[in-house]
Amino acid sequence: MRHLATWAILGLTLTFLIGPFLIIILAGASDTEYLAFPPQGLTLGWYFKVFTVESFRASFVLSMALAVFGTLAALLLGVPAAYALNRYDLPGAETLRTVVAAPIIVPGIIVGLALLRYMVVPTGVTVTAALFMAHTALVLPYAVRVVSSSMNNLRADMEEAAVLLGCTRLQAFLKVVLPNIRGGVLAAFILGFVTSFNQVPVSLFLSGPGVRTLPIDMLAYMEITFDPSVAALSALLAFMSLAIVFAAERLLGFSRYV
Amino acid sequence: MSDAFVKLSGLTLGYGRTVAVPALDLSIREGELIALLGPSGCGKTTTMRAIAGLLDPSDGTIEIDGRDVTRVPANKRGIGLVFQSYALFPHLSAHENVAFGLRLQKLPAEEIRARTEEGLATVGLTGFGKRKPAEMSGGQQQRVALARSLVMRPKVLLLDEPLSNLDARLRLEMRTELQRVQKETGITMVFVTHDQAEALALADRIVLMREGRIEQLGTPADLYARPETAFAAEFMGFENIFRTEGAAVVSDKGRLPLAAVPQSPILAWRPDAVTVGEGPHEGRVAAASFAGAHREYVIDSALGPVKADAAIELPEVPLGGTIRFDLPLATARGLAA
Repeated sequence: MRHLATWAILGLTLTFLIGPFLIIILAGASDTEYLAFPPQGLTLGWYFKVFTVESFRASFVLSMALAVFGTLAALLLGVPAAYALNRYDLPGAETLRTVVAAPIIVPGIIVGLALLRYMVVPTGVTVTAALFMAHTALVLPYAVRVVSSSMNNLRADMEEAAVLLGCTRLQAFLKVVLPNIRGGVLAAFILGFVTSFNQVPVSLFLSGPGVRTLPIDMLAYMEITFDPSVAALSALLAFMSLAIVFAAERLLGFSRYV
Repeated sequence: MSDAFVKLSGLTLGYGRTVAVPALDLSIREGELIALLGPSGCGKTTTMRAIAGLLDPSDGTIEIDGRDVTRVPANKRGIGLVFQSYALFPHLSAHENVAFGLRLQKLPAEEIRARTEEGLATVGLTGFGKRKPAEMSGGQQQRVALARSLVMRPKVLLLDEPLSNLDARLRLEMRTELQRVQKETGITMVFVTHDQAEALALADRIVLMREGRIEQLGTPADLYARPETAFAAEFMGFENIFRTEGAAVVSDKGRLPLAAVPQSPILAWRPDAVTVGEGPHEGRVAAASFAGAHREYVIDSALGPVKADAAIELPEVPLGGTIRFDLPLATARGLAA
């Protein structure tokens, strides 16, 4: 009896985790002019059509650029922050940790609205710049947290040893600390990339003429056209995320860091 | 001392507001092997870190080889330090670890290779160059750390608790190794330890520290035989230390008469300096253990516990049994108050 219950729970869990994924893959392959599940007839046409939609191509490039450069910027800020929080007994370190984690805690809708109302509108910052800053801020908590955890095992006396062998503090960081937290930095990059790429609520407010991230563009597309290409694109994106995480797991044991 | 190679003058060290070492003066000769000995918190590690340049003194100067290096940053001071944890770079092989400092000096590749090989050979690790630190034993890692410092040809080599992380067999091996390397290279070495046996076995001179001050400085033989204070005596294995009052030794528990009036306010006996089996005093055996060549007793006496070693030929006294003993003036070490 208990055995049966265990299987039932496992089955339900898997259904809810993997079910939606299977549904969009199949819905994207439906040979109909509208989104349908179960699919009626099978075709790969919608999967090819995705690549011909001009706005998808533009928003894909924007989303890619945001995810790559936003995450890089977050690491540029986050790695030194993680280092400082780890190494020095800073006054207000706890406060700093909380502030850095704020973008995870504050609902994205509020962040997006606030950025639009109090940054874009009054200062005239371009939407693209605002998006870049917002994505950097959203990814920062992950960068600090993941890099911090990989730095925890790194003893401070290794850097002192490097200094006594002739390094400056900066050289010691670059030659001794960085190579040993490489895995953590890469893991933070991937986590940040995926987070930024799939981000909806903040980006929802930060779109303008011709400036839309891919998920927002997909929402807009669906309001007008209800064909299965949105499902096909979702499936392709899911495959991309999966491939990245899978490669990361194989290459550096991603799950150790998150 | 005019021939001082390392000279600390009025060196004052602290962390924040707490002063760990107040006004320390110490001269170390070239080629000497010096031990900074003391319990934890005595300032020995702090002093070592200041010599290395990892800690800025709040006052005083550090001179090395006739040059004031007090304000010279650690990476320009030319001092080696073998950390207690070894602090090897885990992402680099043994060879790369040893070559690390040489590469920073931008030496020709051939010279780097030759000196690295030579360094590994000096510590008996030829052929281990390709291994990563995680693939080596603790003893091997320590040798890599030693080689990494030695190839830099430092003016002074500092070692933090060099034997404490090794098991008994490796400890003896490393001790011999350190002495050999020191004799071969003639390098001035300062090592920090809390273990008096290590200091006695290894050092040319011992600096016994207590609360940031030098309690006593001398050769191992000196310190072992002639400690000057109760603290030094206790550290050197004098386990019976009592105040004197007239012709008697006293403790909080009581008193025992002596044969004559001693000249020192404090007397100390090692366990083997206490006479067992005969003598004017009597006590009960509170603990006894067999130690091969002798038997170790803890005698419950009028003074409280007295630790005494008895020759193995003497009949064994069971726990709780009565035992006679003497604290002879002739074997006592007189100490300053």
